[in-house]
Amino acid sequence: MFVAAYWIGRSKATGMRNLATKAQPLHSLPRYYGYQMLIWCAVPAITVFALWMGLESTVLTKLVKLSLPDEIRNLPGGEFNLIINDIKNIAVGNISQSQSDPIRTTAAADYSINLGFSKWARAVVVLVAGLLGAYFGYKRITYSARARIFVEKVIMIFLITCSCLAILTTVGIVLSVLFESLRFFDKVPFSDFAFGLHWSPQTSIRADQVGSSGSFGAVPIFAGTLLISAIAMLVAVPFGLMSAIYLAEYATPRVRAWVKPLLEILAGIPTVVYGFFAALTVAPMIRGFGESIGLSVASESALAAGLVMGIMIIPFVSSLSDDVITAVPQSMRDGSLGLGATKSETIRKVVIPAALPGVVGGILLAVSRAIGETMIVVMAAGLAANLTINPLEAVTTVTVQIVTLLTGDQAFDSPKTLAAFALGLMLFVTTLILNVIALRTVRKYREQYE
Amino acid sequence: MTSNNSDASTNTDTSSASSVTSSLGPLDLEKGQGTKEQSIEEIVASLGDTVGKTRVDNPKMSATGVDVFYADKQAIFGVDLDIANNEVISMIGPSGCGKSTLLRCLNRMNDTIPICKVTGELTLDGEDIYGRDTDPVLLRARVGMVFQKPNPFPKSIYENVAYGPRLHGLSRNKSELDDIVITSLRKAGIFEEVKDRLDAPGTGLSGGQQQRLCIARTIACSPEVILMDEPCSALDPIATAKIEELINELSENYAIAIVTHSMQQAARVSQRTAYFHLGKLVEVGHTADIFTNPRHELTEKYITGRFG
Ligand SMILES: Nc1ncnc2c1ncn2[C@@H]1O[C@H](COP(=O)(O)OP(=O)(O)OP(=O)(O)O)[C@@H](O)[C@H]1O
Ligand SMILES: [Mg+2]
Repeated sequence: MFVAAYWIGRSKATGMRNLATKAQPLHSLPRYYGYQMLIWCAVPAITVFALWMGLESTVLTKLVKLSLPDEIRNLPGGEFNLIINDIKNIAVGNISQSQSDPIRTTAAADYSINLGFSKWARAVVVLVAGLLGAYFGYKRITYSARARIFVEKVIMIFLITCSCLAILTTVGIVLSVLFESLRFFDKVPFSDFAFGLHWSPQTSIRADQVGSSGSFGAVPIFAGTLLISAIAMLVAVPFGLMSAIYLAEYATPRVRAWVKPLLEILAGIPTVVYGFFAALTVAPMIRGFGESIGLSVASESALAAGLVMGIMIIPFVSSLSDDVITAVPQSMRDGSLGLGATKSETIRKVVIPAALPGVVGGILLAVSRAIGETMIVVMAAGLAANLTINPLEAVTTVTVQIVTLLTGDQAFDSPKTLAAFALGLMLFVTTLILNVIALRTVRKYREQYE
Repeated sequence: MTSNNSDASTNTDTSSASSVTSSLGPLDLEKGQGTKEQSIEEIVASLGDTVGKTRVDNPKMSATGVDVFYADKQAIFGVDLDIANNEVISMIGPSGCGKSTLLRCLNRMNDTIPICKVTGELTLDGEDIYGRDTDPVLLRARVGMVFQKPNPFPKSIYENVAYGPRLHGLSRNKSELDDIVITSLRKAGIFEEVKDRLDAPGTGLSGGQQQRLCIARTIACSPEVILMDEPCSALDPIATAKIEELINELSENYAIAIVTHSMQQAARVSQRTAYFHLGKLVEVGHTADIFTNPRHELTEKYITGRFG
């Protein structure tokens, strides 16, 4: 139908163009009239279709409800919904009719008839809406109609809607996290959460159990996150940057063609695999090494998790830095070399400073990746919320705590589960602040270097 | 100095002139359009030795039998050329004839292009610059280069000029460095315009100012030779005039080689002119002679603008 609308609109316009005169030229190319008519046809049809789909189940349920006897209709909400579900299932054939009572069977028969009718009616109404729209659109094809401008506008509105959708989703996420956190802060004061030094989110299921009041000081787990991220960055930044410099400045094209994808494979390894690599290989190695020089190392240590996480994010740093370093114009390098600088002097004093905004961007991306990383830490760094800066001890991170809090069997509104949302909010705010700082620094450097 | 050169060249000019005139003959201007193109190619293919005097008495740099290849493609064919002390030599010729390539050989900038291969002999003060003992880094400090497009570093104006002296340790302390920077900016004729904003980024200057900044940056390394590749191609007439004036002043202390597409510019700034065509050095001689009395028909066609 839409295609037909396009062709009808277009051919009418083509016909008109052939008749067009100097005094009365056709405003746009025939194609645009085709698009215009297509839009006139499609928008009403799709709107009606969407509305119908949205309202269909409500209306049908209402109808079923009306047909049911009073005693069922007056049942409390939960049970009533169960019956409705039964009826729908019978209608679709998921439950065999023999098992159910006659009331439900007849209601189900009604329901399926209604459903079938609804399908037909929907098709008809949509068709009519489309045709009406198309007719209206057809009438609008005149010499002076500015079809091109109309089409451009519709495209713009469509694009705006799409981008709004993404923004709205973000806002929705933020709001839901925010409200859940507010509920949490009703039960646990904010100051306890933000400045408390003790984290043990054990709330009892019965009030008389021991240890019934948990404590929700988030400082230790944020410290753990920072510690592990810091270790990861200590690994990733130098290695990533150095390999980026090698790739961009020294490697021959053939080496580059091999090494770059290989490095990028690191980013594609599932984090679980990194996790057991950290837990089963790196952690025991560190422990063995630590013991041999007389240090006590926990079997799950921040160091192991941080090291492996660092390796994981090397490609983030190197790949992005490599891109920005290669993007530095050759004339910069020529200028420096032409003044008698060596290659490494050129790289250090000219290329890297010029590429710095991009490099910083890559590093920050890696940081947010490190902060959000969960799997490696669960497996290799432990769950104990120690407040420590000793990388050899077990620590835990925000994301890990969120996971453990939400995978329990607790009631959904207990402080324990709500704490997860509060942590999520804090994490979100932290990364947001980080990003803002990052953007600021990048902009500052950019002013300086461009 | 200049008079010295002209004496030397007039002597040899007369001696080589007779051998050249025979190959010249009357110009093929009467030929039809279709055959004209063909004839230029024939002339180029049959090009023999360079017309005019390639050697000078006091060469600062000299090239002998230089061939340059980009991978399999030869870009320069057996060029012999001297650059004298305290002289400005301009290199002209149609686009793609290898002017930049030859210039870049003179301070081994071609080393940065992996596929580029240079053969033949190039000397600076009699030393082979492609020799085993020559360090290209030190060479480039002695033979500075100004590029076609201004390419200031994304640093402050001061840092741009101080870059070279810092690298080569030309100053012992901050005040000496300040001196070098200010004198260089002054010599490049840009100091008055930027003296209040030495800390502002060099990339924030106008194109002409940037180019003069790049010249200042080159001078600051106190090179012995300055190579300029179309330094005015992006500039307005006023900035161009300033840079030409600057070249004139600089030629008192440096040997300068300048590539240019503007024949007026070549005529204004240079003492000698070299005309290149398709990788060959066709003719070289005093600028005045080249422009008023070209001896090779390709040169004549080029400077009168009669190439198809
Ligand atoms: N990096 C390179 N790789 C391959 N070939 C090159 C390279 N640079 C130059 N050439 C080739 O060498 C020849 C001479 O180039 P060159 O840049 O020296 O010309 P030019 O005389 O400076 O021209 P223009 O006046 O346009 O700057 C050209 O045919 C060009 O295609
Ligand atoms: Mg060039």
